[in-house]
Order: sequence, then C-alpha cells, then structure tokens
Amino acid sequence: MSEWIEACGADDVDEEDVIRFDHAGHTFAIYRSPDDEYFATDGLCTHEQVHLSGGLVIDDIIECPKHNGRFNYKTGEAKGAPVCVNLKTYPVKVEGGKVLIQVG
Amino acid sequence: MNGGMVIIGAGECGGRAALALRDLGYAGPVTLIGDEPHLPYERPPLSKDAMVADAPAVKAIAGEADLADKAITHLRPVTVASVDRAAKLVKLADGSELAYEKLLFATGSTPRKLPMPGLGRRCVYLRTFDDALAIRRHLRPQSRIAVVGGGFIGLELAASARRLGADVAVIEAQPRILMRGVPAEIAAVVHAAHEAHGAKILCGAGIAAIDDDGQKVQLTLADGRVIDADLAVIGIGAEPNTRLAEAAGLRIENGIAVDAMLHTADPAIFAAGDCCSFPLAVYGGRRVRLEAWRNAQEQGALAARNMLGHEEPVSAVPWFWSDQYELTMQIAGLSDEANSSIRRDIGENAFILFHLAGDGRLVAASGIGPDTAVARDIRLAEMLIAKGARLAPAALASPEVKLKRLLAG
Repeated sequence: MSEWIEACGADDVDEEDVIRFDHAGHTFAIYRSPDDEYFATDGLCTHEQVHLSGGLVIDDIIECPKHNGRFNYKTGEAKGAPVCVNLKTYPVKVEGGKVLIQVG
Repeated sequence: MNGGMVIIGAGECGGRAALALRDLGYAGPVTLIGDEPHLPYERPPLSKDAMVADAPAVKAIAGEADLADKAITHLRPVTVASVDRAAKLVKLADGSELAYEKLLFATGSTPRKLPMPGLGRRCVYLRTFDDALAIRRHLRPQSRIAVVGGGFIGLELAASARRLGADVAVIEAQPRILMRGVPAEIAAVVHAAHEAHGAKILCGAGIAAIDDDGQKVQLTLADGRVIDADLAVIGIGAEPNTRLAEAAGLRIENGIAVDAMLHTADPAIFAAGDCCSFPLAVYGGRRVRLEAWRNAQEQGALAARNMLGHEEPVSAVPWFWSDQYELTMQIAGLSDEANSSIRRDIGENAFILFHLAGDGRLVAASGIGPDTAVARDIRLAEMLIAKGARLAPAALASPEVKLKRLLAG
C-alpha cells in the first residue's frame, strides 16, 4: 500500500541540490531543481551502493560522488558509464512547507 | 574475414569502446580481443572490495547477454601475435587472422617488474582478477604480507589486508609514500591512517636482497632490517603495453603516441587508455600518459566516436581516486603544474588543497576525507580547472564560499 511520508522541510534543500532521507530502513535522495521543483529517488547509486546525497546536482543531473555515474533525477534514467541500471523515482508533493514523498 | 572495428584489449577502455560503438549506431562487425578468460571487468575493486569479499567475483562491464544483444564478438582468452598494417590484419597467436577497417589499441599496462634477483612464487603483482584471487588466498589473520611500493595499489592492498587481519609492512624506497602525484600533506594523512590501523610503513627503505623459497619470502633492507613474509606484493608502477604497436612500426613515446583525437600516425589505427600518451589540452598540449580508470573509460568512448569519424579532441581533466580504510582521496588535475597550494577545510576530518600555477590559474585539486566528504568540491574544482579559472586565494580557502558560485561567476 502506498503512503505519503514527510521527507523534509522545503527549505532544508538548497536550489540545485540534494539531501539524504532515511525511512523504514530505506534511503532516499530528495532533490530541488534549479527551477524550484522537488524530486525523489532511491538514495543509493545503482553502480556501487554509494549515497547519491554526497553528489553534485547540475540542472537535471545527479552525479554519484564516487565514480561519477550520472542519472536524470527527474526520470531516474541512467546517463552512461559506469551506470547502466536506472534509478527508481518516487512521486513528490510540497504541502505547508513540507516535502512529502509517496512510497510503497 | 570479418573487417569492421577490432579492439585489442578487453579491459575498461576496450570494453567501453565496444559498447560505445554500438550506442553510436555502428552496425558493422565489432570484435573485442582479450587475453584474460573473463568478461570485460572493472579493475578498481581488485585491490579494494573484491580483495576483502568472502567470494570475490568479477564486476563485469557487460554480461554475456549484453555482448550478444549488441553483436560484440569477444574473443577470449586470445593473444594477438602481430598487426600487419599494410594488409590491415590482426594475426592471432593460433595462426588465424582478423581483418580490420579501424583498429584500437586498448592494451593497457603491465605491472613494472622489480629488477632484482631472488623473486619466486611468493613475490607477486596485482593487475588481473586472477592475480587478485591468488593474493586473496594469503590474506587472513596473522598471515604476513609485505607490500613493496607505497603507491595507490600497494596501499589499497595493504588496507584490504589489514581489514582481513593480516600483518602488513609497506616498504617504500622514496622518503614518503605517494610521491608521484599526491601532495605531502595528503600523503601524511594516509600514512597516519595506515599506522592507526596497524600497518607498518617503512619509507626511505631500499631493498638490498630478496630470498623467496616458494613458501615464504625474506626481504633484506639496505639498512640491514629483515622483513619476513608469507607473500610479497609488488606495486612499483606500471609500463604501457606497447610491444604490438612498436612491432607494427608505430611511434612509441612513453606509450603509443597519439594525437588529441587518439589517432596514431596510421589513419586506421587508434590507441586509448593506459597504453597511450596524448597531448592534454588543459595544460597547453603537454604529452601525458594516465593510468586511471576514468581516463580509460572516457578515452574508450572517445576513441569509438573518433573511429566513426567524429574527430573530437580529448578535453577531460585527469581524475584519480583511492579508497583506503574509511578514507577516500580524490584528485582532479596534475598538481605538478602548480607552484602554490591553498587549503580549504571541509568539516573536521576532510580538506582540499587547491593547486595554483604561477599565473593564478587553478590547475589541480587534491582532497581527502572520510567517505565522499570531498567529492562535490573536487568535482566542481575539476570544472573550474577545465575553464582555466583564476580565483582569489581567499575565496578558495574559505569553506563559506561555495565553489558552485565561483563556477557560475
């Protein structure tokens, strides 16, 4: 069953940046795009299980801090070597200054 | 028979080149020739995660099904005997021949041999997955491991051996570890981490004699100290694999000499990765050869584009990393281009050195810290280096000044 959970405050993420959010034994990454929209993906890179929250966000791309694997964080699409498996994405909404993600 | 694109060397570089040819839509034959029995695989884990795994496995760049889907013929284990440039043929050791339209040397490098007598079965090198498995069998509590050479591979292996409980002594001939390409301030952090984890690091330690009886090995240092070990792992650098190219009459200059588009002087032949030297635009065309994973990956993909006529030059800034214990070191650029350094602390346990040329240009950045603490700023520094940015030392030193802002500015 899916549910909406509160991930963070809208101001907790800078524009064009990412933070880590852990919930029920699972790690997520919460993004704020340069045009001020919010997105969520699984928190670990599909290449070697590295936390993407340590990586760099530029435009639509999150780059893994360890081996530079790149994903489009809006769609989860893997953008080339060394990553070849897409990243799972989650629906996001902002309500009352809070970022909520839909899990399950 | 055959024709099309032939790649000699099925490591990171060759494997990426083969995949890239297909991603770019090339429809002719692609043949990847590897001298190992395995699928193309990533080498960086060999000294790190694979070395401490209970059941080490190759981390394949492409599986059997991927290769089949993409119609990439992977010949393995196959040794190339020679290349006949006039006939555009690759001659294999079994006597068969393979025609090519374009040929890529992605032959990699081979560990430099320790040039002294006395080495036997208990003196080994680390390059391949099979090398890693052979070393892995000796790593257990109380086994005694001597590491000859305090460079990236030797130190990573030392850290893995300590994690498995082995006694470790690293023997480095230079006055400090990581003399090549790593600033002293960062090498000192790595040195301290090894000592904190119980590895012995002996610097300025020349080896006078080695006695390997096939069961154990004794290393006698120039100062008379004796190190007894069950296994000595030698990591004193690597030599480019140029034999085939040299025999084919191609120019060798610290590797197979290529231009900025990775062409050799033969318009049908390219070289990429560890085996080649190339002019690096970001440093005014200085000729370099890099032994680095990302370089192998990027040059493999670039060679594929240029084999298809894209004519794109190498534009990347060199990038290196090493993991030892909980520390990750990342370096962008070549710090020997610099004559001064500015330090920026990132939290309590991490810092970056920004290396500046005489004219104030940022030419390199070296960082160390736990996990990925320095990663973002090193990545941003890499982009600043690519731009040839000149930045105020005070801004670089201050953690409050975001590098992303400097990049935009």
